Amino acid sequence: MTETTASVTAARPPSDITKRSLPASLVVHALLIAASLLMLYPLLWMVSASVRPENEIFSSTSLIPSSIDLSSYVRGWTGLDVSFGRFFWNSLVISVLVVTGNVIACSLTAYAFARLRFAGRNFWFAIMLGTLMIPYHVTLIPQYVLFLDLGWVNTILPLVVPKFLASDAFFIFLMVQFFRGIPRELDEAAMMDGCSAWRIYWKIMLPLSLPVLATAAIFSFIWTWDDFFGPLIYLNDMNTYTIQLGLRTFVDSTSASDWGGLFAMSTLTLVPVFFFFLFFQRLLIEGIATTGMKR
Amino acid sequence: MSNAMRTPAGAISVERYQGAVAEGRLRRLWNANAPGYLFLLPWLVGFFGLTLGPALISLYLSFTDFDMLQSPRWVGMANYVRIATADPKFSAAMDVTLTYVVFSVPFKLTFALLVAMALNRGLRGLTVYRAIFYLPSLLGGSVAIAVLWRQLFASDGLVNAALSQFGIEGPSWISHPNYSIYTLVALSVWQFGSPMIIFLAGLRQIPQDMYEAASLDGASKFRQFYKITLPLLTPVIFFNAVVQTIEAFKAFTPAFIISGGTGGPINSTLFYTLYLYQEAFGNFRMGYASALAWILVVIIAIFTAFSFLTSRYWVHYDD
Repeated sequence: MTETTASVTAARPPSDITKRSLPASLVVHALLIAASLLMLYPLLWMVSASVRPENEIFSSTSLIPSSIDLSSYVRGWTGLDVSFGRFFWNSLVISVLVVTGNVIACSLTAYAFARLRFAGRNFWFAIMLGTLMIPYHVTLIPQYVLFLDLGWVNTILPLVVPKFLASDAFFIFLMVQFFRGIPRELDEAAMMDGCSAWRIYWKIMLPLSLPVLATAAIFSFIWTWDDFFGPLIYLNDMNTYTIQLGLRTFVDSTSASDWGGLFAMSTLTLVPVFFFFLFFQRLLIEGIATTGMKR
Repeated sequence: MSNAMRTPAGAISVERYQGAVAEGRLRRLWNANAPGYLFLLPWLVGFFGLTLGPALISLYLSFTDFDMLQSPRWVGMANYVRIATADPKFSAAMDVTLTYVVFSVPFKLTFALLVAMALNRGLRGLTVYRAIFYLPSLLGGSVAIAVLWRQLFASDGLVNAALSQFGIEGPSWISHPNYSIYTLVALSVWQFGSPMIIFLAGLRQIPQDMYEAASLDGASKFRQFYKITLPLLTPVIFFNAVVQTIEAFKAFTPAFIISGGTGGPINSTLFYTLYLYQEAFGNFRMGYASALAWILVVIIAIFTAFSFLTSRYWVHYDD
């Protein structure tokens, strides 16, 4: 599964298209279009429900609202004691810090595994791959006790600091795969010229690895942005809530009858993810295809 | 010849000589290994401090009673015995989770493979389709999607509105204990995008001329699928199946949101991780929750080991 990067986006030779009859192609297209609509329908319905007048939300299954009414957004934004602006800001801060931590710490680790020779390298590499398989529930409770003792509960530190210690083994693995594909002659030549390992990492490896760093950054951002479990455990003061927690509070609060506001805020939480998807889908899809990813 | 000439060159004592050699060896060891370990340092600190250490502590805690207020009290195997023999909620959670795994994984993979094969015919607009099918996977983990799902399958939701067009009166899916888990299965299947992309990458590895040769020999499309596509894809199928199964065991957010954190109605959506969360952070039975966590690890480990052991009978790695 490692050599697929190049071919994922490459066009196939059209050897079999020429031989296929037109009707067969049309049938496949028709099926795929129907399937696409079915897949997107719930999402489109949610977006359209968020801009409808309140009385129209459940009375129609069509996607086209009779009139555009943005009052749901205004109501939803201030529907809780703390405004959604605050939740967005909190989510943004955590996500940006996690991205920074992952890119720095995982690239350092991956460089050591991919390029440096040291006693015990294969042993540690096997251990690192092993941590990919272990469900985090095993470390959850002692970690919680540890962060509680440190006085970190109800701050963003438990969600951010581990990332600076390369706790996301998945990204280490992704970067090792990429670093191994960079020609060894480059760092060997630099080594001959008396470059230190640090300089090679900084001046050669990182600049040549921008695609994989970007992929790791984008996935980090999206997963952190969507993360519910971590904030649920560590953040209990509404002022520190992320948007996921804010949205869940909105569902449970008395404003649960405010469906318009709920769909409006739900739509807003998906906007950043959708933006990344729109602009970087090739990177994301290649990232998945090369490593075989879970989500 | 003077005396000085008869003394060994650079006369130093044996001890000093050996000391110098040892020092040289140390320096060489240091020079060879220090850069690697310095680069590895953050990860090593994280591994010992946040993974290995906590894992061992939670193993210890699983043999104790621990409520975070008093220090842990050793109870031996009591937690495990209670889980195995006297905990109806554990059985319910196991039931729900296995149902979820058994239904969601095969359907998800089947969809992923079918769509990947449809997309692998060199169609125009491939990238657009691929993007559309992948989008739900990317958005899937969020609370917003779980909220949307809850509404779709509500008694006055979109699904029942669609059914009523055909004169069918649908049940209240999410609040009916017989159906609620299947709304979560549907949510999982809706997110077939990631395995689909991996299947697409796998399908592209299959040489086109194999199909052409089979066509010339008069093999039907179905026979080509059965004799070429399936065997050559087995490594990818295996990979997807293992990853998706482990993920399904760990599912949490949708069940939490759809059931309001309860796992209801009547424990019908009590995913294993949701039960673990309730025990740890609802009832503060940290020792018991640690035992639950270790049982989850053992289940996943057994499943993974079993997969790898049986894989040699059906997974073909061409060398």
